[in-house]
Amino acid sequence: MNHLRRHGWLLATLAVALSLPQLAALCGQDFYVSFASRLLIWALLASSLNLLVGMGGMVSLGHAAYFGAGAYVVGILSVEAPGWSSALLVWPLAVALSALLAVVIGAVCLRTRGVYFIMITLAFAQMLFYIFTSLTPYGGDDGLSLAKRLTLPGLAMAGDATFYYVVLAIFAACLTALGRLQASRFGRVLAGIKDNEERMESLGYATFRFKLVAYIIAGALAGLAGALMANQNAFVSPNMMSWNESGIALVMVILGGLGSLWGGLAGAAAFLVLEEVLTGFTTHWQIVLGLILLAVVFFAPRGIAGLFAKQP
Amino acid sequence: MSWPLFAEQCLNGLQFGLMLFLLAAGLTLIFGIMDLINLAHGSLYMLGAYLVASLAQATGSFALGLALGVAATAAIGMALEIAVLRGLYRRDHLSQVLATFALIMIANETTRALWGVQPLVLNVPAALSGSVQLFAGIRYPAFRLLIIAVGLAVALALYFLVARTRLGMLVRAGASNREMAMVMGTDIRWLFTAVFGVGAGLCALAGAMLGPLLAVQVGMGENILILAFVTVVIGGIGSIRGAFVGALLIGIVDTFGRAFIPTGLRALLSPAVADVAGPSLASISIYLLMVGVLFWKPQGLFPARG
Amino acid sequence: MSEILLETRALRKRYGGLVATDSVSLAVHRGECHALIGPNGAGKSTLIAQLAGALVPDAGSIHFAGQNITGFSAHRRAALGFARSFQITSLLPNFTVLENLALAVQSVSGSSFRFWRAVNDETELFERAREILRSVGLEDVATRPVGSLGHGEHRQLELALALATRPQLLLLDEPMAGIGPEESERMVALIAGLKGRYTLLLVEHDMDAVFRLADRVSVLLAGRVIATGTAAEIRANGEVRRAYLGEEENA
Repeated sequence: MNHLRRHGWLLATLAVALSLPQLAALCGQDFYVSFASRLLIWALLASSLNLLVGMGGMVSLGHAAYFGAGAYVVGILSVEAPGWSSALLVWPLAVALSALLAVVIGAVCLRTRGVYFIMITLAFAQMLFYIFTSLTPYGGDDGLSLAKRLTLPGLAMAGDATFYYVVLAIFAACLTALGRLQASRFGRVLAGIKDNEERMESLGYATFRFKLVAYIIAGALAGLAGALMANQNAFVSPNMMSWNESGIALVMVILGGLGSLWGGLAGAAAFLVLEEVLTGFTTHWQIVLGLILLAVVFFAPRGIAGLFAKQP
Repeated sequence: MSWPLFAEQCLNGLQFGLMLFLLAAGLTLIFGIMDLINLAHGSLYMLGAYLVASLAQATGSFALGLALGVAATAAIGMALEIAVLRGLYRRDHLSQVLATFALIMIANETTRALWGVQPLVLNVPAALSGSVQLFAGIRYPAFRLLIIAVGLAVALALYFLVARTRLGMLVRAGASNREMAMVMGTDIRWLFTAVFGVGAGLCALAGAMLGPLLAVQVGMGENILILAFVTVVIGGIGSIRGAFVGALLIGIVDTFGRAFIPTGLRALLSPAVADVAGPSLASISIYLLMVGVLFWKPQGLFPARG
Repeated sequence: MSEILLETRALRKRYGGLVATDSVSLAVHRGECHALIGPNGAGKSTLIAQLAGALVPDAGSIHFAGQNITGFSAHRRAALGFARSFQITSLLPNFTVLENLALAVQSVSGSSFRFWRAVNDETELFERAREILRSVGLEDVATRPVGSLGHGEHRQLELALALATRPQLLLLDEPMAGIGPEESERMVALIAGLKGRYTLLLVEHDMDAVFRLADRVSVLLAGRVIATGTAAEIRANGEVRRAYLGEEENA
């Protein structure tokens, strides 16, 4: 029964996701297509952070660094190598460079733990933020506009609906991979480290290596999200790696459900939809959103996923 | 580098460092004693600056505005502690981050709703608007000298408060061993509230002092909040002495970095490269400092807990 | 005399003015049950922390199976076959008993850098885990979350986790700590069953258990090993009686 219900949810979500451009067209609200793309990209970012925080217990307040790094790979290449217009070339490059950045930063940050880890990840993100702010050849403070979206063979990427399907496919693939990872040997070890790192060490696990690999995967996925966002908005700016964005990603993860596979999507959806709805009522929507978040902390500490889970 | 320029940068660094200390002192105690990551600490700084600016305008006196604004912010801080933050002490760091992040959103938007989006003007009091001849060839703005004096006075007062009073003893005990502090007083909730009030008052003081130099605007709290956290982490969580040393270190490094790294690089590198690298290196110098400190001393310079 | 499996040579650790480990030279032979006893404050915990890789000694060296492991991290020691159980129960509280064990088994059966295949499909991991649970008498609670178990069962699971890593040597840090007489009896029987199959280094306060189980006993006092010998020799040792056993009789 439970099984059936879960599949029901999955199918319903998939049906809505696949038919969203048609539904939007029916309502005459094409705006919702790009809104949905944006939502999925945020969901990817939040899901990658959930791998770190929810599954591995590493609370990072600097995850937007990789989001911005991936975006800037797209942005800088559009200036330096305008001929490289294929997403098949640029997106993997964005992923690879974000992963590389995560290797270096992760190797330093993971020497610390707890609050020190929170603060040192924040410090690295701030460094990147200020570096890109003073990088005047690429727009500095003002950011960088992209002439057009990257291309994929056989697809008209300029169309919002087409781009939406591309993002949807990528998100679905990443979420599937994360689901496999969570149930795999690696995922179990990561969960064990979150539970009791000293015990895992004494069982023979080189916990640092596992945490670093998780950190790199999370950085790479965030970089992919950044590259997608650069294409979605045709614009990159240092604000993408500001600590505010890192904070929002973290809020989405907690809102959706720590360590839950669907937590990133649920949290991104809840946050962005709330924002969308509240801005319709008042310009001071942030007060309402803030109060809602406070209520979540005090009354629904396990997030949206906790509302669906069985009562213990 | 000329002597007057060097001396002036030293004073600027000292002045910035002391203001940072006002913020970091409260933050490190709250962090150390209650184990609370309070991201909304910067919001109290912003709120303090707004209140002092408005009250100074309303009363026509900077000093009166300052006193009323600091008191009001301390009261708001204590109310916040009782209403919201008290419920977070025993929660994990993630919940604290989420809740205080929400408080930032609320504080920023409330400020925008009450005062509008335009930055507020907080004028230097007329008596202090000039500059003072310090020694041969060096004139320094009088108001900045006042900031240094206030900063030093507060540091001294805090030192006596923490080292010589019963309150200070409880605070020190709490920072090094929370369970012990719990045992010492049957009800130490008042201590937490008091510490929070003092911290909020210091935030407002810093906001009022820096207000005339920087803009009083929404978002001013976030930038300085991160610097305050860097200070706390470098100094060692829970250590007032660490916060003091860390704040001065950051004040000096940041000021000198901004003043001398760009010109220094121009002497070493081609102008095109130096013009990009200089400002970025200058603005990340303190973060490099923090990463370096944590790399060699993962608990900060003066760890409060053994 | 048989081969030495674990050896410390002139191990030394000091905290300020206090010498917590004072040139300790200890040899544990392969196959024996070697007990380490000493009153509170004798420096047992400090010594164990150095053996397990949680503390770095100031001087001296630690050798395991012919290798100098002084600078090795805890996980490298574990991988060599040096397992430990913790004095204060250290388990994975959010996992079931079986999952705890399966993770321990996993650490010695191939790489854990596998990202795709579901671990629940690896039946051989769970079969091996169940086997170990049976051997320590925990098969009835296999699917229970660790948090819901009693203290005695926690101690048994501690032991099971150490066993699952296919160790050559088991460092048992006060396995009887805080459990009742009945469970204590069961634990003694369990450890007795391990004798011969594993080399055991047993740190324990319960003298009755120590003298029933140990082949040889080393006595630690004020950071130094004051005597090593068979149970009978230690009982008869005047210095030990004065310094330690006598003290207990008076108490």
